[in-house]
Amino acid sequence: MVSAYRPENLKEALLRRKEFRVIPFAGGTDLMVKGRRWSGLAPHFELPVLFIGHLGELKNVELEQNCLRIGSCCTLSYLLENENMPQAIKIALWMFASPAIRNIGTIGGNICNASPAGDTLPVLYAVNASVVLKNTNGIREVPIEQFIKGVGKTVLQDDELLKEIIIPIKSFDTIYYRKVGTRKANALSKISFLGLAKIKNGLIEDIRISFGAVAPTVVRSMEIEDRLKGKTKKYIKQIIPEICSQYSTLIKPIDDQRSNAYYRKIVSLRLLKHFLTKDIL
Amino acid sequence: MKKEINFVLNKKGVNITTDPLRRLLDILREDLGLKGVKEGCGEGECGSCAVIINNRIVNSCIVAVGTVEGAEIITIEGYRKTKQYKLLEDSFAEAGAVQCGFCTPGIIIAAETLLRINPEPNENAIRDAISGNLCRCTGYNMIVEGIKIASQKGKGLW
Repeated sequence: MVSAYRPENLKEALLRRKEFRVIPFAGGTDLMVKGRRWSGLAPHFELPVLFIGHLGELKNVELEQNCLRIGSCCTLSYLLENENMPQAIKIALWMFASPAIRNIGTIGGNICNASPAGDTLPVLYAVNASVVLKNTNGIREVPIEQFIKGVGKTVLQDDELLKEIIIPIKSFDTIYYRKVGTRKANALSKISFLGLAKIKNGLIEDIRISFGAVAPTVVRSMEIEDRLKGKTKKYIKQIIPEICSQYSTLIKPIDDQRSNAYYRKIVSLRLLKHFLTKDIL
Repeated sequence: MKKEINFVLNKKGVNITTDPLRRLLDILREDLGLKGVKEGCGEGECGSCAVIINNRIVNSCIVAVGTVEGAEIITIEGYRKTKQYKLLEDSFAEAGAVQCGFCTPGIIIAAETLLRINPEPNENAIRDAISGNLCRCTGYNMIVEGIKIASQKGKGLW
C-alpha cells in the first residue's frame, strides 16, 4: 500500500483527495504523534497520508481591504513574523507550543485537528474567522464555529482541503489572553481564555469572550456579548456575578490527565472576572 | 511503499529510497549513523532530536522524511565543524552548561538558531529559544549563561 502521496500542486492534491481516501498531512506535528509506534518504526495510519505542507499555493498571507487571507499551510512561526497579523492572533501564537513545533506546525492543521485544546481556536472564534474549503468543483466558505462540530470532528468532506482562513480586520483596545498549562512551553492547554474589547466614549462598543479546553468546542456566546455592548464599564462591573453564572452554564469541562473539571471551571470563571474587572478598564 | 527522497544533509546531497512516513530521526540515526541526534520523548516535547531544516529548528522525531524533499538539513555533526560551534562549546564548558549531555546537541541547535537571527539576545529571548528543550540536570541557568557568554564573546560571528 502507498503510505504517502506528495502532490506537486494544489490541483493534483485535490485530484488525489477525490480519487482516494487519504489523510491530509500538513506539518505533521500532531499526526506523527498520533500514529507513533516504537522508535525505529514508521508511524502507522489507517489510510495513506497526503503531504500538503509544501504546497506554495497554501502558504501565502494576503491583506485585503477588509480582511486577511491566511493560507492553511502557513506555519505558526511564519504567521508570528508576519507584519499584517492582528495582535490578538500573535499573542496566542506566542504561547503556542515551542519554536521547533511552531516552525512546522500549521494553522490549518490546528483547525482541522479540532482539539478542544487547540490554541489557535479561541482567537479564531473571537475574531469571527471563517474557513475556505476547496474541492475539484469549487470552494465554500464556512464560519469557524460551524466548521468544527466536536472533538476531532469537522464538516470537511473527504474530497475537500482547507485552503485558507479569512479574518475580518478589526482593532481592539484590550486584548487579554491567558493560557493555563503545566509548563510554559509545549504544554497542552488546561484552559485558555481570550477577552477582546473596544471602548468608545466610555461605552463598550465591541466585546468578544472565548474559552478553550472547557467544552468539546470553543465556548463563545454572541447573546451574552450582545447584552454587554453599549453598556458602561461601571454597569458591567455591577453585573459580573450574573455574567459569570451565564457563562457557567456553557462551560462544561471534563476530568482528564491534564486537569480536572472542578479546577477548569473555577479558573476559567476567575479569568473572565479578571478580564471584566481589571482589563477592560 | 518506498519512495526516492533527496535532500541536502550537512552540505552533502543525500539520496535515499525508503518509506516516506519514516521519522527523519530514524533515518539520521539508523540509516546515516548520525547518533548525535538523540531521541528523548519521541513526541516533540523535549527537543533532544532537534536539527536545523531550512535555517529553522525542528524536532526530527515528528518529521516524516517524505516532507523534507529538497530541504537543507544541518545536524550537530555538521554544525560542529563551524567556528560558531566551537565558541558555543567553550562557552558551555565555561558556564558548566553540560552535565549528562543528553540534551546538549538539541540545546546547541536551539542556541545557534537563536543567535543567527538575534546575535545579542536578552535573557527572555534566550529562555524562549530553549523553551522547547528539556534538561533534567542543570536547571537551565547554566545553559542560559553559556548562551550569554557565547553571545558576548562572539561579536561579529553571527
